[in-house]
Amino acid sequence: MITKLNHVSIFVLDQDSAYNFYVNKLGFNVHTDAAMGPGMRWLTVCPPEQPDLEISLMAINAGMMFNDESAAQMRALVSGGTFGFGVFECKDLLATYEELKAKGVEFTKEPTKEFYGYEALFKDDSGNWFSLGEAKAS
Amino acid sequence: MPHKLKACGSETNFKAADKLPFIRTLGIMHHSPKVYLYRRVLNAKLFIEQNYAANINLNEISGEAFFSKFHFVRIFKSAYGKTPHQYLTEVRIAQAKLLLQTNMPVAEVCFAVGFDSVSTFTTLFKRLVRQTPALYQQTQAERQRQLKATPLQFIPNCFAQKNGWVNNSNFQ
Repeated sequence: MITKLNHVSIFVLDQDSAYNFYVNKLGFNVHTDAAMGPGMRWLTVCPPEQPDLEISLMAINAGMMFNDESAAQMRALVSGGTFGFGVFECKDLLATYEELKAKGVEFTKEPTKEFYGYEALFKDDSGNWFSLGEAKAS
Repeated sequence: MPHKLKACGSETNFKAADKLPFIRTLGIMHHSPKVYLYRRVLNAKLFIEQNYAANINLNEISGEAFFSKFHFVRIFKSAYGKTPHQYLTEVRIAQAKLLLQTNMPVAEVCFAVGFDSVSTFTTLFKRLVRQTPALYQQTQAERQRQLKATPLQFIPNCFAQKNGWVNNSNFQ
């Protein structure tokens, strides 16, 4: 029986820039930051209240996972905003929207009422987009 | 207009407010009466994030015009799920955790993040981190050592294999 998701990967154009975005703008915590050799780095971050979900910020480098062609394609797809990676949750959407905007996060959709609740969309520094919604009152 | 908040008993310009873009980003939420309040509590939150190391007097932050302290704390808590005081403590402890990952002595870390008593710092740290600052520092130093020596134990094998790190003879 599967019980949990504990790692998920997001492909980013630049790990230093992604670090700054996820840690200093979104306020995530660094879980593991390990140098794996020249130009190779294992970098994972966690949402503040989810210390056991590691989001791996994966560099798109030609090498094992990509060849030159697929790396170039992947970079174009990511920066073109092809991929939506998930839905983040906050306690108060309007407050969080104001805060992230003040910190320079680019929103592609302002908090808007949809049939399932209020939702906003923002992009990371690479072009990956996320939905942001409110925690359901329990 | 950016307003001023006070810290350390002296007036400090809240510099971030000068460059915050939200003043011009009104959009569809312009009509929400809540937005104005959010911006005020946001200023307080950002003030805490920038001035946690100083001797911040939260009464003075909440005492700014138009807000009773009670109202301010209530709105802050509804927006962020914690009171300004709880948030200040969390920010200080989070910063302390980062400094403890260096070899800065515990007492120095305590003062560097804005606490003025080591025993208060230790008590709060234990409550939030469930470890004393000294033990946390030791644990982190050991983790950093392992991260350098045997990084693969921190990485799910599938990722390591895909990246070709498993075959790197430098790592175990």
